[in-house]
Amino acid sequence: MNVAKRTFDAVIVGAGGAGLRAALQLSEAGLKTAVLTKVFPTRSHTVAAQGGVAASLGNTTEDNWHWHMYDTVKGSDWLGDQDAIEFMVKKANEVVIELEHYGMPFDRTDNGKIYQRPFGGHSMNYGQAPVMRSCAAADRTGHAMLHALYQRNVRANTQFFVEWNALDLIRNSEGDVLGVTAIEMETGEVSIFHAKATIFATGGAGRIFYSSTNAFINTGDGLGMAARAGIPLEDMEFWQFHPTGVAGAGVLITEGVRGEGGILRNDSGERFMERYAPNLKDLASRDVVSRSMVTEINEGRGCGPDKDHVLLDITHLSPETIMKRLPGIREISIQFAGVDPIKAPIPVVPTCHYQMGGIPTNYKGQVVVPKDGNPNVPVQGFYAAGECACASVHGANRLGTNSLLDLLVFGKSAGETVVEDFQSGNLTLKPLPDDAADMSLARIARLENQKNGTDVHEVRLAMQRTMQKHAGVFRFNELLTEGVTRILEVAEQSLHTEIGDKSKVWNTARTEALELDNLIEVAKATMISAEARKESRGAHVRDDAPDTAENPNGRDDKNWLKHTLWYRDGNRLDYKPVNLKPLSDDVEPIALAKRTY
Amino acid sequence: MSINRGRVRWQCRRALLELDLVFERFLERHFDRLGDDQIADLDDLLRCEDHDLWAMVNGSKACETDRWKEMIGLLRQP
Repeated sequence: MNVAKRTFDAVIVGAGGAGLRAALQLSEAGLKTAVLTKVFPTRSHTVAAQGGVAASLGNTTEDNWHWHMYDTVKGSDWLGDQDAIEFMVKKANEVVIELEHYGMPFDRTDNGKIYQRPFGGHSMNYGQAPVMRSCAAADRTGHAMLHALYQRNVRANTQFFVEWNALDLIRNSEGDVLGVTAIEMETGEVSIFHAKATIFATGGAGRIFYSSTNAFINTGDGLGMAARAGIPLEDMEFWQFHPTGVAGAGVLITEGVRGEGGILRNDSGERFMERYAPNLKDLASRDVVSRSMVTEINEGRGCGPDKDHVLLDITHLSPETIMKRLPGIREISIQFAGVDPIKAPIPVVPTCHYQMGGIPTNYKGQVVVPKDGNPNVPVQGFYAAGECACASVHGANRLGTNSLLDLLVFGKSAGETVVEDFQSGNLTLKPLPDDAADMSLARIARLENQKNGTDVHEVRLAMQRTMQKHAGVFRFNELLTEGVTRILEVAEQSLHTEIGDKSKVWNTARTEALELDNLIEVAKATMISAEARKESRGAHVRDDAPDTAENPNGRDDKNWLKHTLWYRDGNRLDYKPVNLKPLSDDVEPIALAKRTY
Repeated sequence: MSINRGRVRWQCRRALLELDLVFERFLERHFDRLGDDQIADLDDLLRCEDHDLWAMVNGSKACETDRWKEMIGLLRQP
């Protein structure tokens, strides 16, 4: 085995919010910790999070964790595990105050407390009125959070391996996780990171869709690695879409535009939302607006030469209002749609925003898989947190500001579990198998030697278009069935990608080919899981599972109140129960009910 | 010492989609034609925080560093 080996107590893959929070826990406990990241830590996608982090501090309006738990369970359409949700909402105040102590510049109230603002889906007294629960640092909450955590890690001597791309998970014959292989972009050399504990914090895979608000780095690297190593992916059919992304680009146009009077129009200029939501019209909830838009497009009333988008019209607003209230939106529209919204409407389309599913974990951040009849047996040495993990707190639909909370709470929790396991002697450095790096070396060698292969960009585009068309915001049985066939064809093409640039160092073409290997696993998991789930729940909405008395909103609790597990091997599906029982006796289970707002 | 262009190309991967899209266009149109001095200027610009960089690219904030101005101009081309 001709591969360099580095040994650590723990290796963390990913340096966004979850990875940095986990790393801090380990480094401060004295564990020798390596963090691998393909971009500089403060350039992780956590930077893009604007809204804030939810915590029931009650600084501005009365609040408590019971209400936050209710909102989260209801938001999840009851697919969230109530033990993990209780754990998260109870820990929220602690992790936010910690962050404040790390120097996070939260907005303040007049009396110096952390200012909190309202956010969709968060309520007081079990849905009765909006609550002010989101702690924010202007519109740069994620950015400020990432900087605070990074500085703290530098202080704690966390060792960063920047511009290192993790390739594959290393497991032994018992299935224990022993670390990862990774390629250093500067040298093109593959190394083994041998560790007692491995934590994945690699973020989401929103780039599987053609229209996505996600940055290009969100390629689901941890999910691909886990899937190739035989770990199932949980609830991958659930993706949150935002109604107004710029068509073709994906850049988000905030709800505030419709709040200021923006109107959605179809090809004949009709204000179509009047037909779907006569009262709220363009300001109906995200999922209603998204599905109405898709219905217009699917029924041939879309705009543009391909009739593939609708228009967001603010030309009736005065230029002064647009310049004053929506300056950022004007810039985005000019840059990415080529239209000045003062003069012409903005082409928009529902756009993938957040991945609810992921690597199955429990509330401790341990990766869990079914074994010998138990659906949740921890994989020795393997942990995950943040968007790549499925704890599951977001279930079928995430509430805004719960994602930053998720990465803080479960980043810390995964770190704490590793420290506990380490100190109790449960974590040891197990011998590496002789073939530890073989799969990674074979993948690199295949790219090196591929002849007459497929083009990475073309295959990626085919995947993205297939996902958008067949597993978009509104799902149809025939499209899903066809989608499974189609995505498996694309997956076959992805096995033969060829790159023109064979250089060893800083080969971005090779990096993109390796990223595609990960994306395609997520795309298969999503399509196959979505085709199989014959109900509507949260973000998974099927045309053939409508709202009826027996199945409110199309949700079929009798048959589908369960988590999906997709295995790469044979595209096998399995299911496991949702945990409807909270962690403690402090709270009763939140009983099943129709999700209405 | 000359700067490795592959490294600079990778630095164009950013945390914000807005910037990824702008750099994607820039890489296609301009990157291969840049001289060594321009690559050095770009390398320097790429050390900026993403929100600041985006503000300069979308024009909401003026670029006050002379050596970045040419690259900002190229990035701003629609």
